[in-house]
Amino acid sequence: MAGRNGATLPEPQMVIDGVSLSFGGVRALSEISFNVYPGTIQAIIGPNGAGKTSLLNCISGLYRPQEGQIRFEGRNIIGLAPHQIARLGIARSFQNIELFRHMTVVDNLMLGRHVHMHSGVLSGGLYWGRAQREEIAHRELVEQVIDLLEIQAIRKKTVGALSYGLQKRVELGRALAMSPRLLLLDEPMAGMNSEEKEDMARFILDISEEQRTTIVLIEHDMGVVMDISDNVAVLEFGLLIAYGTPDEVKANPRVIDAYLGREHAA
Amino acid sequence: MEKLIQLTLSGVANGAIFGLVALGFVLIYKSSDVINFAQGEFLLIGAYLTYMTVQQIGLWWPLGVVVAVLLAAAVGVLIEQLILRPLIGEPAISVIMVTIGLSSLLRAIVGAIWGVTPRAAPQFLPRETVTILGASVGVDKLWAIALALILFALLTLFFRRSSEGIAMRAVADDQQAALSMGISVKRVWAVAWAIAAVTAAVGGILLMSIFGGVSGQIARVGLLVFPVVILGGLDSIPGAILGGLIIGLLQSYAGGYLPPELGMGEVMPFIILLLILLIRPYGLFGQTIIERV
Repeated sequence: MAGRNGATLPEPQMVIDGVSLSFGGVRALSEISFNVYPGTIQAIIGPNGAGKTSLLNCISGLYRPQEGQIRFEGRNIIGLAPHQIARLGIARSFQNIELFRHMTVVDNLMLGRHVHMHSGVLSGGLYWGRAQREEIAHRELVEQVIDLLEIQAIRKKTVGALSYGLQKRVELGRALAMSPRLLLLDEPMAGMNSEEKEDMARFILDISEEQRTTIVLIEHDMGVVMDISDNVAVLEFGLLIAYGTPDEVKANPRVIDAYLGREHAA
Repeated sequence: MEKLIQLTLSGVANGAIFGLVALGFVLIYKSSDVINFAQGEFLLIGAYLTYMTVQQIGLWWPLGVVVAVLLAAAVGVLIEQLILRPLIGEPAISVIMVTIGLSSLLRAIVGAIWGVTPRAAPQFLPRETVTILGASVGVDKLWAIALALILFALLTLFFRRSSEGIAMRAVADDQQAALSMGISVKRVWAVAWAIAAVTAAVGGILLMSIFGGVSGQIARVGLLVFPVVILGGLDSIPGAILGGLIIGLLQSYAGGYLPPELGMGEVMPFIILLLILLIRPYGLFGQTIIERV
């Protein structure tokens, strides 16, 4: 399996090690293994039904693979509850937007700060000063996210009333508000027009460059994937068929098979 | 005029209590999609636990009420953990059957401990009457209204300001997203059951004090939770409170103005239930959910 630049490989931040997942008799993932390196953009691509979202769900704890390990910063996270994994610093967005539709944009982002809030029900009431200071600090960070994603104008709007493209952006913002060390994005550009896609690609690059957040990204738009990712993992029918830099993957005959059909490759 | 004021106040007092019970029902439904047919039994539990702490053990009554309410919360959490938790992922109809069974079970347990004959209960709300605009009104009714309002205000503050309350709203809105925000959905469910038990227990204690006795009859008030939440909307907290007041008032007016032999006071809430289901099945404030099949 191809690594990056041979000798200078850093310690991986996340190791996916022999992960297999079945639903009854259907094998969704078969012994998937690859590393995710800190500060990189790692793409996962593959045809529909290849198991990309299943793999993401294994990482975020929504699915529990029957075999294998997923080690995040040295710790096996399989078996942890989704909220515990979130607390370790892994944030995600969803393929079909999962926002708190009845709340405003700011409230949605503030919920992203939930993992970092320490004042509970009682202390929130008793130490009014401390709770207030904490709230202000969280609010400042949320404002930074709002600035980064250029959603100042809609911050007080109820999320359910926003356009699809903006909802996708708010969802990214909410994940970002968690100050994650690993950000999982499930098709952040699905259903967008080319202008919205460009914006989203720019935001993802900004997040990667400015905050050095590691990003794992599922995306169908090959142009975008090849442009912005450092490494690409290719899944087909639950198998990892290729892993490497965009150029390596593009030249891989099995990938060409999977995407263009066998006759083309021959 | 005098009669109108009397009927209005007693309607509002009853309605506030209905609202308390309905609020717990809505809270459980919103956060976990469980329709809790045993909500009315929390009234019974609250009342009998207070009877135990104040009358049988002899605690100073404010202390006794607090202990009883805390015990009721513990019962709520225990039911959630032992009975509802294993049912996660089961079909809605199974969960409904279990909560129906639970309501019989709770009633039987209360009967086994305290018997089925009505007992005189401690009355801590003052019994005097005051004259308002020429109508004499029981002070206990005013107390019930005030206490219910205070509880509503505290809960509103809880949902708006506390991180626990906000986590609860998040779970009600989108469970998957809440999980990915680091919110423990199981903890939220436990809190929802605790609050549902507490609000209903307070309702039961108020009813006990107004009736001047405890008996299994108190749980029958719990049946009114259905007209209230259908009217207000199954998933609306303001709807539960307003629905409670409306049902309380209509019940009181129907009982007071229509010939008593018709028993309209008893029937009225259920006539409204039927009408609402025919005209506006999602209630006044409920979410209109359109499901594509």
